[in-house]
Amino acid sequence: MKHPAGFLARYGASPLHLLLVLCSFALALYAGIRLLKGDLLGVAIWFVGAALLHDLVLLPLYTLTDRAAQALTGGRPGGADDNRAHRVPPVNYLRVPAFLSLLLLAVWYPLILRRVPGYRPATALDPDRFLGHWLLLTAGFFALSAACLLAATARGRRKAERGRHAAKP
Amino acid sequence: MFVTGLLSYAAYNPDLAAVNDQTPDKGWLGFYLFSWPTSPSWLYRLTQGIHVTLGIVLIPVLLAKLWSVIPKLFSWPPVRSPAHALERLSLLLLVGGALFEVVTGVLNIQLHYIFPGSFYTLHYYGAWVFIGAFAVHVVLRIPRVARALRSRRLRTVLCTDTAGTVPEPLDDTGLVSPRPAPATVSRRGALAMVGAGCLALFAVTAGQSIGGWWRRTALLAPHGQEPGTGPNGFQINKTAADVGIRPADIGPDWRLTVRGPGRETVLTLDQLRRLPQTTAALPIACVEGWSTTDQDWTGVRLTDLAALVGIDGSPPDVFVESVQRGGSFGSTVLRDNQVRDARSLLALRVNGADLSPDHGHPARIIVPANPGVHNTKWVTRLTFGATG
Repeated sequence: MKHPAGFLARYGASPLHLLLVLCSFALALYAGIRLLKGDLLGVAIWFVGAALLHDLVLLPLYTLTDRAAQALTGGRPGGADDNRAHRVPPVNYLRVPAFLSLLLLAVWYPLILRRVPGYRPATALDPDRFLGHWLLLTAGFFALSAACLLAATARGRRKAERGRHAAKP
Repeated sequence: MFVTGLLSYAAYNPDLAAVNDQTPDKGWLGFYLFSWPTSPSWLYRLTQGIHVTLGIVLIPVLLAKLWSVIPKLFSWPPVRSPAHALERLSLLLLVGGALFEVVTGVLNIQLHYIFPGSFYTLHYYGAWVFIGAFAVHVVLRIPRVARALRSRRLRTVLCTDTAGTVPEPLDDTGLVSPRPAPATVSRRGALAMVGAGCLALFAVTAGQSIGGWWRRTALLAPHGQEPGTGPNGFQINKTAADVGIRPADIGPDWRLTVRGPGRETVLTLDQLRRLPQTTAALPIACVEGWSTTDQDWTGVRLTDLAALVGIDGSPPDVFVESVQRGGSFGSTVLRDNQVRDARSLLALRVNGADLSPDHGHPARIIVPANPGVHNTKWVTRLTFGATG
């Protein structure tokens, strides 16, 4: 079986890999010609731009925001004042509600930020309700997270006190 | 997602007539098309509700997936072999395609038409570009997925908190950090966060497809509120004013023309009302994913209208024309199986009242399981046996 081994070395994968990839490219080209028929540049920019915008802008942006949040909240438990009172790293009490709130905004931003002038004329529905709903949901997420943090802190304190009593009989 | 999308395209009966086909250049991509059935009447409500709601609910999964593999984007050297080069190109189609489909879909249901072209063209052909790359990716990665799943037990992952979370051992996938920072979230925590995102999106969206009492729970979805109260107080896709209907178009001078082979008859609204009336409980379901529970429509059966122009027994397809000016769906062709269903009506009334102008007064089509835009409103001409 010298031939396949040579192919492997030159191509970098099995012949099956090559066949499958070429098959998918042919299908993509068949559909792609039709996709690009109208506004070639516009569609190409949207298609490739969606990937680039996500990978090179959105993802770094939320990663940096998350790093900032970690720095702000002291990151991981284990510091001098912490004593494992918080089994959940404090950053998560900020991270989870912020993630939920921003996720909803990212999906529904055209309606929340009133970017759709045609909404009321087409549907006869009120376009002003979305921002209020999103803000209240956001308030709810942070309130719920605050309640969880309070509960965890109280639990941690009780445990620490019990630990002290046990240590000093 | 792909299957429900293909079903939605089939539901328009695009192979029947040019006016039904939003992507006439489809070529072989329409190989699977079939006659869209009329039963159950909630079929399109179900398939399209799933398509749109599931598409939104899966967004956090897509984002988490892309987040988990981002180190691969910056792998060095950027191209190791011809196979690697081809695979990276394929991944551009995969990632670009997935995001393109999500973005065009999410914008379209919010009526935010900023994408470069017709939604139907972009979303349909975009899906085909995506699915090839997706299938190849799944086939090529199945062994690795199986290895990864075998390497750990779900129970162990679910029982490990942040303090106990340790990094993956360094391997050749290029996904493990060589100098990992201490974990700030456990694996189960990361899974729970994605799940919470899915759940949040589901909670503020699904109500617009379920309808009834649940509609009010769709706090951020475009059709999470009712436009009014009373018999006509249910969802509207496009109002009369929005598609340029003038009062004179649907006033006392309005006439319905019914044509058959070699025959034609013109009816006033009063004459239509004197024909035998039938009531059918049918939903309205939109390609945008929202739908309503059953409404009680009353009007003249399409088969009875066909009989007026001498077509008895098995009526053929019918070309339906509206008085509306412009817009993509001013006319449509219904297939013979749709015409022959006893619940297919030219409706004059809904829930016991005359149709409101926004719901198609004086007369509109209502066919079970038909996409909303093919239930033509403000109908002025029916031509049996014609396809445009």
